[in-house]
Formats: sequence, C-alpha cells, structure tokens
Amino acid sequence: MTVPEHAPILTIEGLDVTFRRSTVKAVDGFNLTLGRERFGIVGESGSGKSTAGRAIMRLLPKSARIEAKEMRFGGRSLPECSEKEMRSLRGREIALIMQDPRYSLNPVLTVGNQVAEAALLHLGLKGKAGRDKAREMLSHVRIRDVDRVMDLYPHQISGGMGQRVMIAMMLLAKPRLVIADEPTSALDVSVRHEVLKLLDELVRENNSGLILISHDIRMVAAFCERIAVMYKGRIVEMLTSLSDARHPYTKGLIAAMPDPRHPVRRLSTLDRSVLEALS
Amino acid sequence: MSETMIEVRDLDVVFDRGSPQENHVVRSVSFQAAKGETLGIVGESGCGKSTVLRCIAGLESHWSGEIHLAGRLVGKERSRDELKSAQMVFQDPYGSLHPRHRIGMALAEPHRAMGIGEGWNAVAGALTQVGLPADFANRFPHELSGGQRQRVAIARALMLSPPILLLDEPTSALDVSVQAEVLNLMCDLRDERTLTLLLVSHDLAVIGHMCDRVLVMKEGVFVDELTKDDIRFGRTHHEYSATLFEASLLGDDAPDAMARGAEAGFGS
Repeated sequence: MTVPEHAPILTIEGLDVTFRRSTVKAVDGFNLTLGRERFGIVGESGSGKSTAGRAIMRLLPKSARIEAKEMRFGGRSLPECSEKEMRSLRGREIALIMQDPRYSLNPVLTVGNQVAEAALLHLGLKGKAGRDKAREMLSHVRIRDVDRVMDLYPHQISGGMGQRVMIAMMLLAKPRLVIADEPTSALDVSVRHEVLKLLDELVRENNSGLILISHDIRMVAAFCERIAVMYKGRIVEMLTSLSDARHPYTKGLIAAMPDPRHPVRRLSTLDRSVLEALS
Repeated sequence: MSETMIEVRDLDVVFDRGSPQENHVVRSVSFQAAKGETLGIVGESGCGKSTVLRCIAGLESHWSGEIHLAGRLVGKERSRDELKSAQMVFQDPYGSLHPRHRIGMALAEPHRAMGIGEGWNAVAGALTQVGLPADFANRFPHELSGGQRQRVAIARALMLSPPILLLDEPTSALDVSVQAEVLNLMCDLRDERTLTLLLVSHDLAVIGHMCDRVLVMKEGVFVDELTKDDIRFGRTHHEYSATLFEASLLGDDAPDAMARGAEAGFGS
C-alpha cells in the first residue's frame, strides 16, 4: 500500500479511554494528526500519555474501553482491525520502544537470536539470512564488536546497549510509525543523548513518524517539532516551542525544573488548586 | 573556617578482592564537607558514587582509608552514637519503606533501634515538619504517592536529629513537579537545622541547584570539582564534565529541534 508523501500517517480524533466501570477518562478527547515528524507527548505520571500511546497499538488490558470518532493509520481504521490484523501491524508498521530494556528483552534468548527472530517474524528471513540481517542491524545501531554481542544474553549487556538492541529490533522492519515510551528514562544521562540521537537518525532515514512520550519536557523539546502537554487525560496545550507555553500547567512544569544557569533559592511548584479550578 | 562535618581520606573500596571478578570500585578518594554545606557527587551508574555514600553511612565493610564524621574517626562497625551522626535517604521510596508497617511504625523505628524509647511521641512532629498531616501515621506506604513516601523517608532519616544527611538520588523516581517540592523541603530543613548534605545524583540540574560544590566522579575517582558558579556558567575543567553538561541539555549548543524547525526537513 502506498501512501502519498504528504498524507498523515496517523489521524486520531476524539480518543477516549476508560477502565472498567470507572467514569473517569484516562484519556479524554485526544486528537492528533501525525505526519512524518517527531511529535512529543509530555505530562506527569498518570496524565494518560502512555495510555494514549498504547491505545494506538491496542495494547491495553481487556478492562480498557477505547472509543474514538476516528483512528486511522495509513488506510486502516484501527478500532475496526481484527486482532490478527493488529498483530501484523505491530512491530512491522507500528513499533513500540519501551522504557527499560531489562524488562522488554527476552532474558533467555541471546541478543542475536532475538533480533533474528524479529527478522523472521517481520521479513520472513530464515536461518542464516535472519542472522545476517540481525548482524547488519546491530552494527547499524553502532554496536561495536557485533559478533561477540550477538552471543550475549540481555543481562550481560549495559542498559544503553540493551536499548540499542531494542531499537535495532524495532526498526528492522522499517515501521512507518515509532512510538517511544520513555525510551531513555532508565539510562544514564551520558548515554541518553546518544540513544536519542540514534533513534532520531534512524527514524529520519526510514522516513517514519515518531511519537516520543516522556515526562522530561526539556528533552522532548530538544528532539521534537511539536509537543502535546497532557494533564488528567486531556491535551491542554500544543506547542512548537517551550517559550510559547501559555497554560498554567505547562508553565508550572517548566518552572519546576531546576536550572542551575538561573539559580533560585526555592523552586516553584505546581499550584494544584488553581489547575483544579481550571479543569 | 567553619567546622568540618565529613572528612574522607584515601577511601578505597574493592569488592571480591583476590577473585577473578575483583572490582576496584572506589580508588583512593578524599574530600571534606563543612557544616551546613551541601556537597554533590555526580557521575554515571557504576562510577562508585553510591558506594562512597554507603561507606560513610556504615553500610559497607570492604573499604580502607579514614572516615571522620562530625570530627570523630569512625570505623566499619559503628556504635549507636556514631550511627546517629549520619542518616541516609534512598532513591526508591517504594522499596525503602516496609510495606506492612504503618508510617508511624516506620518513623518510630529509629528510636527503638537506638534504645531511646518507643518513639511514638515524635511521630506527629516528624510528619508535620516534612509537610504531611499527622494522621498519615496510620497509613500504609501503598496509600501514599511517591512524593509523600519520599517525605516520609526524609522524616525517618531526621528522627534522630543527625547533623549529616546522606541522599542517594532522592528525587530520581519522582515527577518534576514533585521533585521541586521535595528539593524545596530539603533546602528548608537544611537551613533550619544547619544540616550537612551529601547528595549523590546523575542529574546535573538537580545537583547544580542544590549544591555549593560538586565533585564529578568517573570510574572510581574524582575527575573534576565544580563550584555553583562553574555550573551556572558551564565552566568545566575536564572533558568528562563537559560531556555531562552536554548530555544534561544544559550546554549552549544543546540541540533545539523547535528552534531549527524548518531546517529539520520534516513536517508537513
């Protein structure tokens, strides 16, 4: 299926997610039109940012009810896809990169075998062809000494390297949409930057769209062209630059970040009663 | 010159000495902190920063060198009095409170452990001083948010009124807005009680905000020492600290995709 270059990859209108019989919407009226761009979603824990990401992949537990006026990926309407169709989309066309490689990699498979498994699953490459593809992908994510790393188990590699392996696996099938949910929060500050840069490069190379979900507003601002700020399940503000922030929640989040370049004795904190009154 | 509260000389830590996995974690480091000072140690995981903290707290036994706390030389085994001079706050507020003990129980524990009474009378005061209502004493840890739990951990560390507080990544499990509240609380308590803080973190922004002086640690040694002004103006004296600055997105050349905007070649 070919999609014209300018067509949006993903269109979401009025996405609501509720859990069980609760009437509280975990995601409330989420709208998004995503092109071949890097789009950030920020907010505190519990703001619904990850739930929105997972709703797109339909990876929420059975207790979740997903309702949307429209949710289209390419030519397909995601809520109408069967589970089988979703399975073929996941990984191949939409990839999800999660926070902690220690939990998202299979602990009893060597790195080489896991990446080769992805190659078999998405590209149908068997045996040696799969391993060759894995080797190629791993060197593409700049892992040195690939042959040695191929035979290591996830617990034998560092977090930064684990996240590169995840990226290699996820981008192997050249997905059109990559959802990265806190991809660097479990990593050291010094490797975060590298991993993000790598992710960014590969996403550009594949000409895909990227949704970067994180609580770190500074990091997201550095890597994304547009940011949605979520609070209590709603997008309260869409930004193209942090300096344009108008909503008190966004301003509060920005002001709460310590910045040694502008020393203050006390950091400002969110005034939740004001926010409560607004919503 | 003001009183020296923490003095460490030639601290050396080796795990599994003599075995093939011998791991020289901390390599002969020395530093001091004066009364009321906040000293930071920054570095990536595995650089040995938490180990230094654990040695000072008396939680490690594989070290050599000298540690003086509040002017007193302390050994590997600590007497009750020595333990009272420094208390620790850990990173994960979920893991550091007993899940089946009520908050009041957790806060009274230091008094019992030191054999100075039941400690119940001090619980309410300890909670209010960290900005929590006194009736939280009846709650269990799972009934509290992450920020509230970290407040409880701080209250517990202060139960014995130690002059020194050792903080191991105290806010890395928290949201920025909650982090700001906890950092403010620590500043207030420090100023109220003239506490000496030793703060370990990988987050240069947090360290720079809190500390008067920062030691940059890499592979078991201090490679750089930065003042508050150094951090403010991005002055570093070692390549590694410069890397840290850049990675913290605090450097001048921090990438700003939004500023680049059109040039990025993406978009509609």
